[in-house]
Amino acid sequence: MANFYTDNPEIKFQLNHPLMKRIVELKERSFADKDEYDYAPQNFEDAIDSYDRVLELTGDISANIIAPNAEDVDAEGPHCANGRVKYASKTYENLDTTIKAGLNGVTMPRRYGGLNFPCVPYTAINEMIATADAGFENIWSLQDCIETLYEFGDEDQRQRYVPRVCKGETMSMDLTEPDAGSDLQSVMLKATYSEEECCWLLNGCKRFITNGDSDIHLVLARSEEGTKDGRGLSMFIYDKNQGGVNVRRIENKLGIHGSPTCELVYKNAKAELCGSRKLGLIKYVMALMNGARLGIAAQSVGISQAAYNEGLAYAKDRKQFGKTIINFPAVYDMLALMKAKLDAGRSLLYATARYVDIYKALEDIARERTLTPEERQEMKTFSKLADAFTPLSKGMNSEYCNQNAYDSIQIHGGSGFMLEYACQRLYRDARITSIYEGTTQLQVVAAIRYVTNGFYGQHIADLEQEAVAPEFQALKDRVAKMGARYNACVNKVVELKDQEYQDLVARHLYEMAADVIMCHLILADASKDAALFGKSAKIYVNFVTAEIEKHASFVENLNPEDVANYRQVEPAEEA
Amino acid sequence: MSLKIVVLAKQVPDTRNVGPDAMTPEGTVNRAALPAVFNPEDLNALEQALRLKEQFPGSTISVVTMGLPKSAEVIREALYRGADEGYVITDRCLGGADTLATSYTLSQAIRKIGAFDIILGGRQAIDGDTAQVGPQIAEKLGLTQVTYAEEILKLDPVAKKIVIKRHIDGGVETVEAPLPLVVTVNGSAAPCRPRNAKRVMKYKNATAPAERTPEQVDAMAEMLAKKPYLNITQWGAAEIDADPAQIGKTGSPTNVKAVKNIVFKAKESRTMTDSDADVEGLIVELLESNTIG
Repeated sequence: MANFYTDNPEIKFQLNHPLMKRIVELKERSFADKDEYDYAPQNFEDAIDSYDRVLELTGDISANIIAPNAEDVDAEGPHCANGRVKYASKTYENLDTTIKAGLNGVTMPRRYGGLNFPCVPYTAINEMIATADAGFENIWSLQDCIETLYEFGDEDQRQRYVPRVCKGETMSMDLTEPDAGSDLQSVMLKATYSEEECCWLLNGCKRFITNGDSDIHLVLARSEEGTKDGRGLSMFIYDKNQGGVNVRRIENKLGIHGSPTCELVYKNAKAELCGSRKLGLIKYVMALMNGARLGIAAQSVGISQAAYNEGLAYAKDRKQFGKTIINFPAVYDMLALMKAKLDAGRSLLYATARYVDIYKALEDIARERTLTPEERQEMKTFSKLADAFTPLSKGMNSEYCNQNAYDSIQIHGGSGFMLEYACQRLYRDARITSIYEGTTQLQVVAAIRYVTNGFYGQHIADLEQEAVAPEFQALKDRVAKMGARYNACVNKVVELKDQEYQDLVARHLYEMAADVIMCHLILADASKDAALFGKSAKIYVNFVTAEIEKHASFVENLNPEDVANYRQVEPAEEA
Repeated sequence: MSLKIVVLAKQVPDTRNVGPDAMTPEGTVNRAALPAVFNPEDLNALEQALRLKEQFPGSTISVVTMGLPKSAEVIREALYRGADEGYVITDRCLGGADTLATSYTLSQAIRKIGAFDIILGGRQAIDGDTAQVGPQIAEKLGLTQVTYAEEILKLDPVAKKIVIKRHIDGGVETVEAPLPLVVTVNGSAAPCRPRNAKRVMKYKNATAPAERTPEQVDAMAEMLAKKPYLNITQWGAAEIDADPAQIGKTGSPTNVKAVKNIVFKAKESRTMTDSDADVEGLIVELLESNTIG
């Protein structure tokens, strides 16, 4: 029987990373739960064994229940009637399965009914569900919103909401509006405090809300009358049981059909404040988005895996000119590169998840006791790493998953263009990953300060110091040269002090940083397990050598006076 | 009102995806080449039990299996899905049992477990395909049996009645029966729910004594004292008061004369009308070829 976990040992490999020891120790508070909860681990090995087993059962249901349902869910899609969403019928079966499997509230503490898993195994569950059905993954992974409620809500709110999510109630984050997409500062949904009702009332509308008819909503709304920017926005919790929010329509989308994207109308919807007023956008949504971005990175890796699986299976099966097409260099070249991007991207994804794990666990411990100076320093270091790696992981993996979905169809040839094969669904599903939760262009914006302030450069220098197995040393030396080329490009841009020029070349610098970092990560993986990652490491470094050449020559040859050629309108026009 | 439910489960070689080495040259099942799995229809039976448990809170599900010590794996699988306890019936003298000896052994184990309201099992196991063990257990325990069950529609614990939908040729049949009874569940019934993450973590170290190596016995002593639910009850022939003449090979009147590899090949096809002449012609032909008779 197929199993997305045991069939892909690359996922389990991530559980063996040396940082896992620290992650588990922090997340388990030195195993304080071991006598209180019958499912809590006794020690580190026990914890890893539990993650392994839960990932195995996830691999099973992903491959044998959710994946076989994907085609029907895609064809049927959700419907909207009387202001409510009705999912595709097999979406209910998927939800029932994940609830019975207990895959809800995965990262939440046990005292609220959660599994208390770190982000690393959560990410693994996430990517496998996405491999099965990226649309369903959206609905399932929105449980991640509970992190924000847990972090910023008060104890009473935690006790009321977290257990519900652990039991399988769904969530949504109601952020965007018709005139506030990437620019969330423009959110206008109105929140007014009613002395009479002793609660906040929400009025207005939201658009493009994933799973918008969920049980528990986190809503970004304008609580400060007369304000126009992000400082007037607060975060609210809306409980569907209260009523007051209706679904006006469901969008007709290119992909992820299983996931209902809703337009919501709020009419005096009773809501409660989450955290402090005015911090809605500047603090809470930023935290929410960082979690969501890592989620999309996992979704992207999951789709990449599915695209590779489909391409590989077809190439092994299809015969032309008297042999199976996988024997043709033009075909295996595509597959090899798909796998290399998948492996390198996955390595970046889990590196990010580990950084998130350490700082988040320390942040949580800080709610219970004062951190030691060493712990505070550790939290700061990993928080910065997480912040720097999240946009790389989301941007690169979403672009790779689009490229892999494209190549998967290409391997299928004409058949891939027909709607019978899964690769077409993957291609449509992949397309959103580089758009939502911040487009790739916005990931570049989030990452660019780590380019210009030398953070990535320093990180790359640190990675260069790590030893690799002798067979990968020559590749490591090549990557060191790429690092130097990247630094030279960054220096040129920084010295020019020209904002528009910097913005124009930013994507290239961003990709160079990510490419070099991923080279180091995949070389480290290959050094630990050459059988699993050796080929991908070699192929990836070779691929990136050409990529760096492309990006570097762009930056090296482009000068500020060339920027005008790229402008489509003169700057004054819009003003 | 709670129920006491017994589920019969068997660990079987997975004969659903057989490769070229699935049979030995002697014509017996090559168990080494086939992974051991939870008999599929027993999982359907377990799901019906779990649904009853949801409907009648406080109900308990006891899973019973007979086999080698490693068959405790099906007990763990059942615990992961929501069963409350398990019994492994294992003993050298139970080996080589046919359906008669097996049903005797299992009925003895069920007697020992004690009061029960309903016994659920799969229609048949995919290794033997006999569909005899469930009905024989019913006979031995003097209980009503409902076979080919697809869904338990209603259970009234006060009136002690159950309404069951059965899968029959060309349709379904709804029957009412008194409790306690034996129900064998068809593969067309609802599939079993997945393993539950928390229960997997809780029960992953549950073992039957015969599964433990001497080192594990020492290592587990402390854990078992704290968590007695990690011990899967293990009974041998003596513990279930089994008559030595009725168990194992001794208790099995079935003799396998020969095992043949049969390959079904359609050589030709003919279409006949429903006229009396055509039907009679076919009967004569089948009688002559000894296909029927």
